[in-house]
Amino acid sequence: MIIPTLQKVGIITLHACEVKKNTMSSFPDSISFKVGIYVNSLVNWLLHNVSRLFEAISEVSIWILLKIEIFLYWLPWWFFLLIIFLIGWKAKNIVSGLIFAFLIFLIGMFGLWDLMILTLGMVLTSVIISLVIGIPIGILMSYSSKVNNIFKPLLDAMQTMPSFVYLIPAVMLFRLGKVPAVFATIIYALPPVIRLTDLGIRQVHREMLEAAHSFGSSSWQTLLKVQMPQALPTIMTGINQTTMMALAMVVIASMVGAPGLGMEVMIAVSQLDIARGFEAGISIVFLAVIIDRLFQGVAERFKYPE
Amino acid sequence: MSKVKVENLTKIFGRNPKGVLKKVKDGISKDKLLAETGHTVGVNNVSFEVYEGETFAIMGLSGSGKSTLIRCLNLLNKPTTGKIIVDGKNIVDYSNKELKQFRKNKVAMVFQHFGLFTHRTVIGNIEYGLEIKGISKKERNKIATEILSSVGLEGWEDKYPNELSGGMQQRVGLARALANDPDILLMDEPFSALDPLIRREMQLELIEIQSKLKKTIIFITHDINEAFKLGDRVAVMKDGIIEQIATPEEILTSPASDYIREFVKDIDKTRVLQAKHIMFKPSALVTPRDGPKVAVKEMQKNGISSLFVVNHERILQGLVTIDDTINAIKENQSLTDILIHDYHTTGPETYIKDLIPNAGSTKYPIAVINENNKLLGIIVRVSVLSSLV
Ligand SMILES: Nc1ncnc2c1ncn2[C@@H]1O[C@H](COP(=O)(O)OP(=O)(O)O)[C@@H](O)[C@H]1O
Ligand SMILES: [Mg+2]
Repeated sequence: MIIPTLQKVGIITLHACEVKKNTMSSFPDSISFKVGIYVNSLVNWLLHNVSRLFEAISEVSIWILLKIEIFLYWLPWWFFLLIIFLIGWKAKNIVSGLIFAFLIFLIGMFGLWDLMILTLGMVLTSVIISLVIGIPIGILMSYSSKVNNIFKPLLDAMQTMPSFVYLIPAVMLFRLGKVPAVFATIIYALPPVIRLTDLGIRQVHREMLEAAHSFGSSSWQTLLKVQMPQALPTIMTGINQTTMMALAMVVIASMVGAPGLGMEVMIAVSQLDIARGFEAGISIVFLAVIIDRLFQGVAERFKYPE
Repeated sequence: MSKVKVENLTKIFGRNPKGVLKKVKDGISKDKLLAETGHTVGVNNVSFEVYEGETFAIMGLSGSGKSTLIRCLNLLNKPTTGKIIVDGKNIVDYSNKELKQFRKNKVAMVFQHFGLFTHRTVIGNIEYGLEIKGISKKERNKIATEILSSVGLEGWEDKYPNELSGGMQQRVGLARALANDPDILLMDEPFSALDPLIRREMQLELIEIQSKLKKTIIFITHDINEAFKLGDRVAVMKDGIIEQIATPEEILTSPASDYIREFVKDIDKTRVLQAKHIMFKPSALVTPRDGPKVAVKEMQKNGISSLFVVNHERILQGLVTIDDTINAIKENQSLTDILIHDYHTTGPETYIKDLIPNAGSTKYPIAVINENNKLLGIIVRVSVLSSLV
């Protein structure tokens, strides 16, 4: 109805898409520079020359992963529910605790318990490694403008890159399976914790720092007794964001063969199995919501009276 | 005895302070230096001395360099040039380690916006300095608890700073500084952020604490009334320079510049000046032995209608009036027979504000006496009134 009317008035024409192309409007094929091959050779060079490093990274992450999985599989399912309930209760309130435990219980009823544990294991591993790397970098950034100048653009780039781009070098360096998934997840999930650690420490009130110094505190004492505790609520927000991003990435990382809930979604999509896809998908959403709320609750505890 | 001695201290902010030092020494103005080189002069060639146990107030408008100066004294600011001698040692030369020792043991600071650690409880804040000193948990808790009660904070130990009112928070700030038992207390506008009533209360409390502890206090304020109230001596700063260092009375009675004159114009002098500042030596005195005839002669000579009688040690005996004395000559009485005592006396340290009611209601001069009743001087109504303007 509308389109013919508009046509009559002359506002749009249906021929608008047939735009005449100027000969100069396409970029000449003869001027070409491919950067991808250099990246390719860089990765190859890395593989040949620093393979030891990647083996080490690989071993460390597998070791942590294993410990966490062993622990999670050792926990009786009802005990896991109990823990979720208790943390939910402590961090928020008893109703939240009950709801969180029930949501996890639902995931179990979907028959996805083991896959959930696999996913959680990878998320936890990635988050732990991210924190071990990210918090010190954040601290260094807050201390030195040089380090800051180096990392700021890097972090910007890391955050604007589509997440699955990280899968390509990850696969090249670590083949298929959980390790490239964890590696890509760490790279993807690292920026928030770095940024917010940096921000949190920078935000500490100047007079408070001067007070610390005026009592003869060393830099180390100032960091541990004043800056870190002051930055903690902000760092907690960073850890929360990192965890959420890790969860998102672990799901995507099923493309490189990481088992878990993400893999389940992939299979369901490829088979057009809506029921299966929905159960796995909603389970991921449950996990995300629970982790986020628990973190917020815990972070709330770390706030001091304003 | 000199506790802190500052010699030719200069602090310039900017990329290359030492590079512009010569220009500053040649007397370039603050604005010109900023426009030409982007450097700010915080403190410019300042020298002064603070004596042990004294409260030294530094007064000046905002931006005059007070904070910059006081922060040099514990090297939160590194001086561009100059010496700061504390107990005979130039602290500017201290190594990192010596500086930490100095800060742990000799000096503590109280901040304008309190600078409390909001993640620590009140007691945790007070313990901070002791913790850095490496004092055991039990010991520092004991010390902190004692200090806590001395500033009137009992029952608040487990609260967080942000749960306290401003006045309470600064009590914590003061307690935290005192817990370290420093020789020198640096206070950078500690009461400026408080409302007037609380401020007055805190000033009195500081005076009381100081009368017990006898610390060397360097106290910054932009309020001349506060400076005069607390300071044994006051330094007035302007544009990074100290314009005058003197006792409050000296500044009041002989301001060194128009700038300072402008400042003291608004001050209520009756709260600063004391009896001893406006009293004068009586032009005539008699002893009982002199007799009425001498007394009458003295009064006539000086054109006065009453006269204080003292003994040979200048101990005040009383007062005689001209009428009574003339009568006494007729009736052959001695001076001791006609002494009257319904005049006012005062100590030398009484503030004029407290003399005003008496000065208005008496027809005799006010006698200024010491604790042994010795006559130090007299105050007439005119001098009380003239001190008001
Ligand atoms: N860190 C700094 N960097 C640059 N300029 C400063 C700095 N601190 C103070 N100043 C400048 O030094 C001068 C004195 O400041 P300050 O000592 O804070 O004054 P006051 O405490 O008397 O208000 C001001 O012109 C101020 O702008
Ligand atoms: Mg200031």
